[in-house]
Amino acid sequence: MTVNGLLQISFYLLIVILLVKPMGWYMARVYENKSCGLDKIMGPLEKLIYRICGINKDQQMNWIRYLTTMLFFNFFGFLAVYVIQRLQIFLPLNPQQFPAVTPDMSFNTAASFVTNANWQAYSGESTLSYLTQMMALTVQNYLSAATGMSLLIALIRGLVRHETTDLGNFWVDTIRGTLYILMPLAFILAIILSSQGILQNFKSYETIHFLQPTTYQQAVTDASGQPINDVNGKPKMQNITLTQQLLPMGPVASQIAIKQLGTNGGGYFNVNSAHPFENPTPLSNFFEMLAILLIPAALCYTFGVMINDKRQGWAIFIAMLIILLPLIFCDVLAEQNGNPAFNHLGIDQNHHHLLSTGGNMEGKESRFGIVNSALWASVTTATSNGSVNSMHDSFTPLGGLIPLWLMHLGEVVFGGVGSGLSGMLMLVIITVFVAGLMVGRTPEYLGKKIETYEMKMASVAVLIMPLIVLVFTAFAVVTQFGTSAIANPAEHGFTEILYAFTSMVNNNGSAFAGINAAMPFYTIVGGIAMLFGRYWIAIPTLAIAGSLVRKKVIPRSAGTLPTHTPLFILLLVSITIVLGALTFFPALALGPVVEHLILWENN
Amino acid sequence: MWTESLKQLKTAFLFIIVMTIITGLIYPAIVTGVAQLLFPWQANGSLIKQNNIIVGSQLIGQNFTDAKYFWGRPSATSPYAYNASSSAGSNLGPSNPDLITAIKQRIDVLHKADPQNKQLIPVDLVTTSASGLDPDISPLAAYYQMERVAKARGLSEDVIKKLIDSHITSRSFGFLGEPRVNVLQLNLDLDKLSAHQ
Repeated sequence: MTVNGLLQISFYLLIVILLVKPMGWYMARVYENKSCGLDKIMGPLEKLIYRICGINKDQQMNWIRYLTTMLFFNFFGFLAVYVIQRLQIFLPLNPQQFPAVTPDMSFNTAASFVTNANWQAYSGESTLSYLTQMMALTVQNYLSAATGMSLLIALIRGLVRHETTDLGNFWVDTIRGTLYILMPLAFILAIILSSQGILQNFKSYETIHFLQPTTYQQAVTDASGQPINDVNGKPKMQNITLTQQLLPMGPVASQIAIKQLGTNGGGYFNVNSAHPFENPTPLSNFFEMLAILLIPAALCYTFGVMINDKRQGWAIFIAMLIILLPLIFCDVLAEQNGNPAFNHLGIDQNHHHLLSTGGNMEGKESRFGIVNSALWASVTTATSNGSVNSMHDSFTPLGGLIPLWLMHLGEVVFGGVGSGLSGMLMLVIITVFVAGLMVGRTPEYLGKKIETYEMKMASVAVLIMPLIVLVFTAFAVVTQFGTSAIANPAEHGFTEILYAFTSMVNNNGSAFAGINAAMPFYTIVGGIAMLFGRYWIAIPTLAIAGSLVRKKVIPRSAGTLPTHTPLFILLLVSITIVLGALTFFPALALGPVVEHLILWENN
Repeated sequence: MWTESLKQLKTAFLFIIVMTIITGLIYPAIVTGVAQLLFPWQANGSLIKQNNIIVGSQLIGQNFTDAKYFWGRPSATSPYAYNASSSAGSNLGPSNPDLITAIKQRIDVLHKADPQNKQLIPVDLVTTSASGLDPDISPLAAYYQMERVAKARGLSEDVIKKLIDSHITSRSFGFLGEPRVNVLQLNLDLDKLSAHQ
């Protein structure tokens, strides 16, 4: 680890930690319907939306109502994304005349954006019109994030309120989350990003004239498009020289801002935040990374405020940080070490202060180097963001194992906005139960008794993800559909498949991108995996909220296990790691672990 | 029950339309307005113009293979390197034999263009970038090519070194990101320098 690397990582984490309290406090005000400073600007708009949509903001919902409202709402969101992609050729703001997106790809992208996964099977700059990017993708970037936050708030209300069935109003939570939290932040971030060189316009693609013309070879084809072979039976090639090319344009900054803040992660361009127009400078990189962690981290504090015991929020925050910190450092070290296969080729992989970043630079950008690439990879997979600024597929085996395993933990180390903390609260319930069993105390959390029903639902929520990931991966590995999409041979190819399903079921969206995600098998099965991953976890989570909210609050007694102490934090961290490690260790052993051993053995 | 559900459906439908207008039209339109007002050059692609011709964007790399120019990172875009409308990384895994083959080829090309240069090759000169459009190389990779460029242009290495030094972008605020050299800018100024000599 270089001194500068240490400095960059510490500075980043310090800023995140400093923002947790003010941001968390602000969000609590928003969800508790208190004045928060933006009421003059957003208040009238909020009221207007209630009126147009016929929403009674004082109506309370029980958990089933809250759930069905969310499902109806997501269903229409899904339809909208699908239909806009299919019709984009007939719609305005399509200067490059991109045709309709194929049905299976449209399905995949719709599932991907509604579930907050934002898995990217499409290549933005050559597939999607400006209108599709804005009215389909940007909209779902907002709404899927706001939905995740609403679910968490309902769960928190389940813990706070007692002897009632009311969990709040889904519409009110979603609208307030969008208008008061996401939109102002996204606006500020988008302007900062555009100052750094991220595009924000509606112009058609710009022609540029090369300084040095570029030449490449292309197969000669006959009139019907078939390649022509020469006398030796090899395809005939011709040289093509280009003196100019097109630069993509579009409303990028507005989408990137919310893509980062809402832990969405679906890029405007094919290579996501590695693209210089999506992430042009170290400063834009810093703000984009800050936006990834900001809301998920601050929600821990919001939780503390809403349950009226801030220590509980900090305890969870610390548990998450304890898991994330060492993994960040391991990832940076693994990448800085470089690729042992290059050792005897006369290549300089060493770090030279102020001269060269060194390390494993395959699939990384010069302006980010090793530190910012590995830091981003860890943070984007710890949360369910999934945007990338380097190609994870080309990471060293251990450097790639860490992002993969961070997702295997179930996206609870900060996790997605809302969904991350809800997932962690499931693990808290399990921890309380296990701890209760060990010392013979009645398990309770924040004064609510944890009984069979909660335990069953928490187990379902925790076990569904590994079940779907492993079954789908196994299916893909033994079928032609699954294996024909692999780009890299042997164990690395297996890791590509495992990563793909891990990412989709956990609604992360990053990829070992060599895999051909555009094949119908992956677009369709993957789309289903994303929908399962989101809703099969949302349902038991809300069921727990519905059950807890009916219970009485038991006064604290000598028999109560305190849930804010270092001991409890340690227990929570252990349960999280053991669950993730045990479920996925065999699969990881077949992929990155074997690859690491072979790669270092052979060199 | 049914009328309740129907009402819920209607609300959901209207809600999507209203939110699409707010977050999908009004929000990007306002951001575009403000960005165009405050940062028009950046928001429109950071384009570099010479004699009223757009020669490129400061942010998007171009393919250089001529000995008299500095070369950028290898690029994995298709069908040609640095294809700006089709960003892509190689996605080759660290143990993939194709990766080693590709790197050996790049090493050969570098050695052939500059047979006297016996220095170790900086890793960023033989590995593809994530986007395939990386506009920068490390200062070390620029110094590595100094001798070749000087020879091809008949300029002294001192002059070239000074030019490189003046093109190094250091870390933001002294610690964020990595030091780097913008290849297109460097080559444009190199051409200007040659024209003056």
